[in-house]
Amino acid sequence: MDFNSAKSLLALCQEMNLPISSVMCQREQFLKEISKEECDQKMQKALDIMKNSVHESLDHPVKSVGGLIGGEAEKIQAHRHAGKAICGDVLHRAIVHSMAVLELNASMGLIVAAPTAGSAGVVPGLLLALAETYDFSDEKIIESLYTAGAVGYLLMRNASVAGAQAGCQAEVGSASAMAAAAAVELMGGKPEQCMDAATTALSNLLGLVCDPIAGLVESPCQSRNALGVANALTCAEIALSGVKQMIPFDEMADAMLRVGKRIPFELRETALGGCAATPTGCQKQCEIFN
Amino acid sequence: MSLISLFDVIGPNMVGPSSSHTAGAASVARMAQRLFQKEIVKVVFTLYGSFAKTYRGHGTDRALVGGIMGFDTDDLRIRDSFRIAQEKGLSYTFIKNTSDDEVHPNTVDIEMTGSDGTVMSVRGVSIGGGKIKIVQLNGVAVEFTGEYSTLIVIQNDKPGVVAHITMCLSEVNANIAFMRLFREEKGARAYTIVESDEKIPEAVLTHIRKNPNVEDLMLIQI
Repeated sequence: MDFNSAKSLLALCQEMNLPISSVMCQREQFLKEISKEECDQKMQKALDIMKNSVHESLDHPVKSVGGLIGGEAEKIQAHRHAGKAICGDVLHRAIVHSMAVLELNASMGLIVAAPTAGSAGVVPGLLLALAETYDFSDEKIIESLYTAGAVGYLLMRNASVAGAQAGCQAEVGSASAMAAAAAVELMGGKPEQCMDAATTALSNLLGLVCDPIAGLVESPCQSRNALGVANALTCAEIALSGVKQMIPFDEMADAMLRVGKRIPFELRETALGGCAATPTGCQKQCEIFN
Repeated sequence: MSLISLFDVIGPNMVGPSSSHTAGAASVARMAQRLFQKEIVKVVFTLYGSFAKTYRGHGTDRALVGGIMGFDTDDLRIRDSFRIAQEKGLSYTFIKNTSDDEVHPNTVDIEMTGSDGTVMSVRGVSIGGGKIKIVQLNGVAVEFTGEYSTLIVIQNDKPGVVAHITMCLSEVNANIAFMRLFREEKGARAYTIVESDEKIPEAVLTHIRKNPNVEDLMLIQI
């Protein structure tokens, strides 16, 4: 069993009366000739790394290799503990988690690329915030990671998840679409609603450029991951309310790739444009490399 | 196009900060080490393109040295790979090549010297998301990813060698997914690369070696 578009994925869900997570899990079993237990075990390992990665840099904040970030997640958490947070529980936790993962990543810590290392905070950030707020079991989170994987697979196959190829919209945009679909399934939404949320998440970030200061996965990548969770949560809320997305996911994925191809070279992970090309960005680059 | 697994999307599990510049680099070096199959005492890494420009900030250098010692992408020892290599007496050097722009931007040449004095060179490319491919072996253009079980036969380019290889594979009931022949020039040294979805029975190595035109064999199992 395999699928190569959201259309064929949704048809399989309908035909077998299964959520996206089950269809994706069955695809993996078929592809790798493994049992459901083996598949779950592999995902449990990824989930364990994710759980550690959202806490590690809160417990032990360290400076990144390039020195541009470090300690941000802890500060944002302290702000909440002081009773001053303006976001609600889920969003605040998701912001802290997603930025903590990027801090750990930038200091050569252990993370799970989802779909890339530069966007690794979005999927665990939102899903673990939901797990903590609503007390979901590991089993439920693993299922939602399958759903995230299904969306990421379609984007990797039919569009792009590489900043160098299609900008940050392909990295944080894709991660945000994955997290949005996963959150919808976790909160009881139907397969169509999952894909609607993913589509809206992609459309909201169309055109987002990849402009890392000094070419490092540090800034603005860290706060872009927080943007990714906020966008995913927003789109999940819209879809779960029953608001429909008029553009099919496959068309939006194609639009994302087309937009990505038209993003100039300077704004695709080359550190020649955007934040990287600001006077401050250039100065930071000189300080790091000289 | 190779099939995309769920764990290519939710994964790889890796030491940061970059799937292409850190995880991919570690995987290329680990593949080189598995191909060489010898104790390595000296290694020279030549970095091209983006690897050459940004390797320090991405920990590409530490990932390469870790990979050459067999560390996987999620092995935290990558962070201390320089110290570990020094303790083991492994000497490593990095050379930047920023003039050759014909190659993929994330390319590395790895020249390994074994404790017995033999030398092997491997060129690998990190193609994104932690995925890699090997594109040169000892200066000969080849192509494989290591995602399948891979058998590499170094042979003289003489008639009958390929037939001998396929016969040996068929005797052990190995199912071939891909098979390609690469050579330096006609009649010179050639490389046959066989990829299979399953483990290739090791017994096949002894059979293939019986042909006098077979120089050497390498087997990477999934």
